[in-house]
Amino acid sequence: MSSPDGTAPPDRPDGTAAEEAEPKIEDLVHEDAGPTPQFGGLAAEHADHDAAQQPAEVMTESGVEAAGTTTATETGGKLELGPVGHLGDRLFGGLARGSGGLVVLIVAFVGIFLLALAIPALIDDKSNFLFSRIWEPGGDQPRFGIAALFYTTVISSIIAMLIAVPIAIGVALFVTYYAPKRLAAPVAHAVDLLAAVPSIIYGLWGILFFAPILRPVINGLSTALGWIPLFEKPPGDNVGVVFTASVVLAIMILPVVTAISREIFAQTPITHREGALALGATRWEMIRLSVLPYGRSGVVSASMLGLGRALGETVAVLIILSVPNGNDPWNSSIFAGGETFASKIANNAAEFDSPEKTGAYIAAGLVLFVVTFLVNSAARIIVDRSTPGTKRPRRNRRAGAAEGASA
Amino acid sequence: MTAIAENKPAYDGKVLDLTGKSGARAFKNTLATVLIVLAFAVAMIPLVWILFTVVSKGYHLLLSADWWSQSQRGITVRRAGGGAYHAIMGTLIMALITAVIAVPIAILGAIYLVEYGKGTRAAKVVSFMIDILTGVPSIVAALFVYAVWITVFGFNRVGFAVSLSLVLLMLPVVLRSTEEMLKLVPDELREASYALGVPKWKTILKVVVPTAFGGIITGVMLGLARVMGETAPLLILVGYSKNINLNPFSGFQGALPTMINQDRTELALPNAADRVWAAALTLILLVLALNLLARLIARFSAIKSK
Repeated sequence: MSSPDGTAPPDRPDGTAAEEAEPKIEDLVHEDAGPTPQFGGLAAEHADHDAAQQPAEVMTESGVEAAGTTTATETGGKLELGPVGHLGDRLFGGLARGSGGLVVLIVAFVGIFLLALAIPALIDDKSNFLFSRIWEPGGDQPRFGIAALFYTTVISSIIAMLIAVPIAIGVALFVTYYAPKRLAAPVAHAVDLLAAVPSIIYGLWGILFFAPILRPVINGLSTALGWIPLFEKPPGDNVGVVFTASVVLAIMILPVVTAISREIFAQTPITHREGALALGATRWEMIRLSVLPYGRSGVVSASMLGLGRALGETVAVLIILSVPNGNDPWNSSIFAGGETFASKIANNAAEFDSPEKTGAYIAAGLVLFVVTFLVNSAARIIVDRSTPGTKRPRRNRRAGAAEGASA
Repeated sequence: MTAIAENKPAYDGKVLDLTGKSGARAFKNTLATVLIVLAFAVAMIPLVWILFTVVSKGYHLLLSADWWSQSQRGITVRRAGGGAYHAIMGTLIMALITAVIAVPIAILGAIYLVEYGKGTRAAKVVSFMIDILTGVPSIVAALFVYAVWITVFGFNRVGFAVSLSLVLLMLPVVLRSTEEMLKLVPDELREASYALGVPKWKTILKVVVPTAFGGIITGVMLGLARVMGETAPLLILVGYSKNINLNPFSGFQGALPTMINQDRTELALPNAADRVWAAALTLILLVLALNLLARLIARFSAIKSK
């Protein structure tokens, strides 16, 4: 297995397939035996067995990063991964690489174009763009700032995520490990259906049917916690408030978070689950010990996807949130109306008549882009640090190999 | 010998019960079960409620043939009649163009990530950018296309511009789900193919992609579901037209979301409300039909592994 001869197909003397197959075996070992939960020794032994009793040292020394580069040297004669002989391979590989590059270009262009069009408007801006709550673009003295938009956008999305993620994890676990086998598929389908409901329908339903139901909740919360400015209810009977938008956003991001969590939970290796159960774990303990650790990074990335959607959700928020009267003082309460970046931009699409005005909205869009960029980058860092299958299992397997050697 | 016997703990008469769980653990287990089932129930309430609302308020207009064959041309807010043909066609055309552009890029991009660039720095950059693209809100995508299409190039607001912005939204969805599916394809299949002397590109096209086909289709449909219901790009990049316009490169074009948006402020008028809910139901049905189709395709094309 570790020698190139073992994998080289006999009828391909140019060794193309061998070159391709060589790193694959490393990957195979990594992915199959991959993420190892807490009951280390046992799973590590599994991993060794999976590797078909081949020299464990080779497997443990070459990590994911090393796969394909250092492997060849370790296995003896270095295989030169030069240009692959097939024209088809070069063409197809080029297409694939081109598509990858295109994605990078698109993101770069989004940032560049938005920035390029926002800068002139920002230069003309007579008030502080970051800290002003005024929004009066256009005219001789354009004054606009994003403080209020930023606040409403972030607070509504965070509340939405706080509501949605626990429920999504619950639903994902229900579908994967609690629902009877026959029910699981229809249930999963039903949750997916929630994603199929367009946001404009969420908006209509939210303001017409759901908001009245939330009224007592809003009243109750503001009575109990009204001494905190965040929960202070302004006078009047307004249901088109940030809180209502947040709950509807939570429902909207639920299927997104659920779908990804579900996929990840379902992929928990059966050896991990059965290992936990065999050690006497209850179903919940099995989930806590094997499924949740395995799926943690997936759930984080799912939550961030959901947060990103909530931050940028336009039409539902646009319909639900009541735009504050220009004369009213700004209110930080989640039981007051407001405008998010997205709803502000969409609400004023008809105002895109002069470059100055358009520039102001594009600047707001740029900030929204930057915010989602940061959220996703943060998610990415968390995922990279905790991804099962990169760091922890390697350590475990090395420990397991050492144990195997001493035994 | 006697020492060993004395060291043995005295049998205290209790039988060690291995059949049950200890109280606290059993309680936690039950509590978790209850919470998880509850979470599911809570998640189902809005779904049932929304579907019930939309179906009960929208179904009767859908029963008339006019709804599927007529536009809203010349029909004012107060009047009844007309149909959603213009909006349905607009939505379908824009979604189709979006898919035609986005799906090949997405699948090739996923193939790059899984089959070619795995572990390389370039692949990490691409993967990172996909995460970023995933988080790009529809309104930002719309603004970007507005900046390029209208401000820089000076084109008009047309359906094709909407499609371009929808590509940005659909691309990462399809790419990520395809990537996940390709990763799930067992390496044994690839190795078997290589061992038979099949070149890499053919292995990918004939072995890897078909194995993951069901999952890819599901991703495409999820992507379509996301973009078909998008309203923000429509608001910014194309005007709503009550007339039938099948040309995405010229003139305003109706679409179901903007048809809903058009009359949503007039819900007090019964005819307008009927139209809004009927358009909403049509949109949901459209997405649902695609979903079912996807599942059928996936079922009949899935290659069983193991």
